[in-house]
Amino acid sequence: MSAVQEFIANEVKSNDVVLFMKGTPQFPQCGFSGQVVQILDYLGVDYKGINVLADGDIRQGIKDYSNWPTIPQLYVKGEFLGGCDIVREMFQAGELQDHLQAQGVAVKGAA
Amino acid sequence: MSVQSEIEQLLETHFQPERLAVINESDRHAGHRPPEEGNETHMRVRIVSPAFAGMTRVARHRAINDALKPAFDEGLHALAIEAAAPGEPTRW
Repeated sequence: MSAVQEFIANEVKSNDVVLFMKGTPQFPQCGFSGQVVQILDYLGVDYKGINVLADGDIRQGIKDYSNWPTIPQLYVKGEFLGGCDIVREMFQAGELQDHLQAQGVAVKGAA
Repeated sequence: MSVQSEIEQLLETHFQPERLAVINESDRHAGHRPPEEGNETHMRVRIVSPAFAGMTRVARHRAINDALKPAFDEGLHALAIEAAAPGEPTRW
């Protein structure tokens, strides 16, 4: 496994929730990444944002890692959950909250 | 052939959709992407097809991404996807 693939594997396994995105949670540089940040912040979830614009190897590497051609990509407990459209649809259906809680991730306002 | 037409043809071939709309949203992202020829970098796909019945969201997106690999290879940069099976709610 290449160094960048090892880096990605380590990040998604050592952090409960990881968002590979363009820009940072504080300053998203793409509307799609920004939407996922808004949803995670709304849910009060602790997550780690990784800015793919800061490293070209990660930017390509994350597309290879899950065989997914676009960014953002959200990982929960090491598992690829989806990109912007999927995360938003899951959030609107209440499935994202359920999934996070089922995985033991604290969600704000949850019973 | 435009990227938009190419995407439409690929989706027609792969999924025989009941409804299909491919929308070029590149102009809405002009600020963070240098202008390219034809400017077809950001597309939205709305599709209703029986092929998606019983598939998870991730599986639907993967199937569409795979079908559109030629377009990605040619420079398609962002793809928003609204995929449904017949009978599922749509907002378009």
